[in-house]
Amino acid sequence: MTAAEAGFRRRLFLRKATAVGFALLCILATSLGIAALALLLVDITREGVGRVSWDFINSFPSRKPEQAGIKAALWGTIWMMGLTASFAIPIGVGAAVYLEEYAPRNWLTRVIQTNIANLAGVPSIVYGILGLALFVRAMSLERSVLAGSLTMALLVLPIVIIASQEALRAVPNSVREAAYAVGASRWQVVSRQVLPAAFPGILTGIILALSRAIGETAPLIMIGALLFVPFTPSGPLDRFTVLPMQIFNWTSRPQPEFRENAAAGIIVLLIVLLTMNATAVILRNRFQARARQ
Amino acid sequence: MGVTDIEAVGPASRIRPRGPLEARLRHGREAAIHGVLFLCAFVSIFTTLAIIATLLEETIGFFGEVSIIDFLTDTKWIPGLGGGPGGLEPHFGILPLLSGTLLVAAGAAVVALPVGLLTAIFLSEYAPEWLRGIVKPILEVLAGIPTVVLGFFALTFVSEDIIKVLFPETKIFNAASAAIVVGIMIIPMVSSLSEDAMSAVPRSLREGAYALGATKLEVALRVVVPAALSGIVASFILAISRAIGETMIVTLAAGATPNLTWNPLDSIQTMTAYIVQVSLGETAQGSLGFRTIFAVGMTLFVMTLTLNVISQYLLHRFREVYE
Repeated sequence: MTAAEAGFRRRLFLRKATAVGFALLCILATSLGIAALALLLVDITREGVGRVSWDFINSFPSRKPEQAGIKAALWGTIWMMGLTASFAIPIGVGAAVYLEEYAPRNWLTRVIQTNIANLAGVPSIVYGILGLALFVRAMSLERSVLAGSLTMALLVLPIVIIASQEALRAVPNSVREAAYAVGASRWQVVSRQVLPAAFPGILTGIILALSRAIGETAPLIMIGALLFVPFTPSGPLDRFTVLPMQIFNWTSRPQPEFRENAAAGIIVLLIVLLTMNATAVILRNRFQARARQ
Repeated sequence: MGVTDIEAVGPASRIRPRGPLEARLRHGREAAIHGVLFLCAFVSIFTTLAIIATLLEETIGFFGEVSIIDFLTDTKWIPGLGGGPGGLEPHFGILPLLSGTLLVAAGAAVVALPVGLLTAIFLSEYAPEWLRGIVKPILEVLAGIPTVVLGFFALTFVSEDIIKVLFPETKIFNAASAAIVVGIMIIPMVSSLSEDAMSAVPRSLREGAYALGATKLEVALRVVVPAALSGIVASFILAISRAIGETMIVTLAAGATPNLTWNPLDSIQTMTAYIVQVSLGETAQGSLGFRTIFAVGMTLFVMTLTLNVISQYLLHRFREVYE
């Protein structure tokens, strides 16, 4: 073996060893993110699982931690979700249909499109400031569940629009052309062919948008959702609280008993969220499997 | 798509010729729908204009009373929210809040950028299909954890059980625990956007490098990462922008003391946490103390918007090259 050959073999060995080391580093990094999630779930379960019970779900908040529950927060969350969905879905899907199926390729369309991408990156607390000025004060909705829902609808609108656009784009053009060929108008093509074909993708986007809205806290603090609410809303103009607000309230108190309540509230919130996310993932996988056929 | 094809032809009754009135009605209805859909899309423009108008109006009012030079250069933030007599003289220097925000964002970047990038390299270059099918949904779950939950985790676990054990002198509210958890929050964003960018790099580039005898490491770091660099940098910038705008984690774990410091073990206050503090308090609407949240909000909005625009520009350029 010549000296050059030996040098080559040594370098090759080093290069291969570094490659293996790097692969291990990548695996380690990937495990870190997963480990953080596992740690979080374990920590919260350990602290809160003892408090989760029917009484906890069906009691109003109380100054006595062992009697406190999340009834008001849960109903507030349900109210807010219903109202948010009824604003964000029609407007969001409508905007996506306009941009994908109607909009001319001009500067205004480009401005709208860029603007939506930018809105998706605006911090949620800034939406809270907007909601406070626009809905609470200018439109005099006070600190109602309606004002909260309108704010939340604006916040999740970019998510609904972007997901719906992707779903619409995935519908093959042949579907549209076949419908036009038999004399359908544009709206007939969209409403009877394109939207049904894109439905699973749009639904996935809507679920993800709503699960974002369920977990948001900051904008609702801004518009003044209450921290202590011993009642459930009975109309859209009532004052309200939601699960994340209740969790925030309990977490920021120094007594450990309230902290246990916060963990129990988090468990309920996470179960709701994971169910929604799982539904979205299953829908998307089915949709992708069908699209590939 | 079998069903759709049949529906497209439709029952024979629908293909009958139409009279002029019917045609005009149809035309009118189509135009009305077009208009309604345009209005839906225009809501997004309206939202942006409303955000800017709201922030500008109150910010201009604020700068009528506080000089913009003081706002940008004063090193003390004492808004005097209580406003009672005998209080400290008010100071409105954004620097302590800005340094708190940047300290948390920098700490989060130190955690998330390397971890996120290495995760993306693993997913795009190493992981077999089945493993990717497991890891990606898990990271999506992490991305979907509400920030108030992460705040709870930062306060009760990272701060109490890790930071305070390692550094017993530390206060319970400190920048480090918030920064670590904000970092964990943005890992999925970095990994998924960077992976998208790396997956878009053509196979032929990798195969060329392998043909020359490159190892997997050399292909990943010298071919794929440089080729996807603008996409990767875009994901970094977007993640940092998200860290700057994060609110609940820093409100719960970083403290409420505006503090011009670079020590991560200090208690600090970020811009977002300040806005929350004011809106939770009893500050009268329309007072100078209340107007501060709009000035701080404007600063936050301008910072995140700038970062988002840069990130989108990079992504756009990246897509032009490979798509």
